Amino acid sequence: MIFFWAFVIGGLVCVIGQLLFDIFKLNPGQTLSILVVSGAILDGFGLYEPLIDFAGAGATVPITSFGNSLVHGAMAEAETHGLVGVVTGMFEVTSAGISAAIIFGVIGALIFKPKG
Amino acid sequence: MADKKKKNSPPDVQEYQAFQQQREVKRPVFKNCLKAFFVGGFICFIGQLISTFYMYFFHFTEQTAGNPTVATLIFLTMLLTGFGVYDRIGQFAGAGSAVPVTGFGNAVISSAIEHRTEGFILGVGMNMLKLAGPVIVYGVFAAFVVALIKTILIQWGGL
Repeated sequence: MIFFWAFVIGGLVCVIGQLLFDIFKLNPGQTLSILVVSGAILDGFGLYEPLIDFAGAGATVPITSFGNSLVHGAMAEAETHGLVGVVTGMFEVTSAGISAAIIFGVIGALIFKPKG
Repeated sequence: MADKKKKNSPPDVQEYQAFQQQREVKRPVFKNCLKAFFVGGFICFIGQLISTFYMYFFHFTEQTAGNPTVATLIFLTMLLTGFGVYDRIGQFAGAGSAVPVTGFGNAVISSAIEHRTEGFILGVGMNMLKLAGPVIVYGVFAAFVVALIKTILIQWGGL
């Protein structure tokens, strides 16, 4: 069942992105920024975790999960170190996405040649 | 005289703009959304397969399985981008391939590959995060504001 909800919720997030493209005529950079910020705000209200329980990868794979995990890392560190933790803990949880992108980016640049 | 007229656009410019608007090709919004839905949903479905694999064999939970899933998807994106397949998917699917993290990975990896001819420091290193930059910048800043407000409310508001 979770496979079905992952498909539907993930698809719906992409439809929101497509609507921002087509109706509001935003470029990809603006659209993705809006989605990341809304992921962070949703987690601020505590709504993103239930969504992950409900839809699994449908909530963790879209870019909105970046915002969610940034807030999560910051909050986890803030519990132990107070306000300073908000700054120091931010990348604790998100690091997987960003480090994977950078690592595989460099490996990709080593292996593949640009296509003319 | 001519400078003044440029400011409040002359009638022929307005006429041209109206003509341009009239001739502009209407975007097939519904069809695009349908494509985005199915491709985006399919990517998340694959993500769920990978998540299930990690949960079953490596004892991750629903909440923590997201991280290895994202990393695996970005690895797959590297292969697809390198062989030039992701571009084709992107042209067909629009936001369906841009919104999942694979789109973020594609933005980073494709600019890394594209700029390798300019050298590894000045080309790859400097241009890699050019397209992905805004996502990281505004994600971090929004998360900072949200976490700051929440921490203050919890610590001094007794929430």
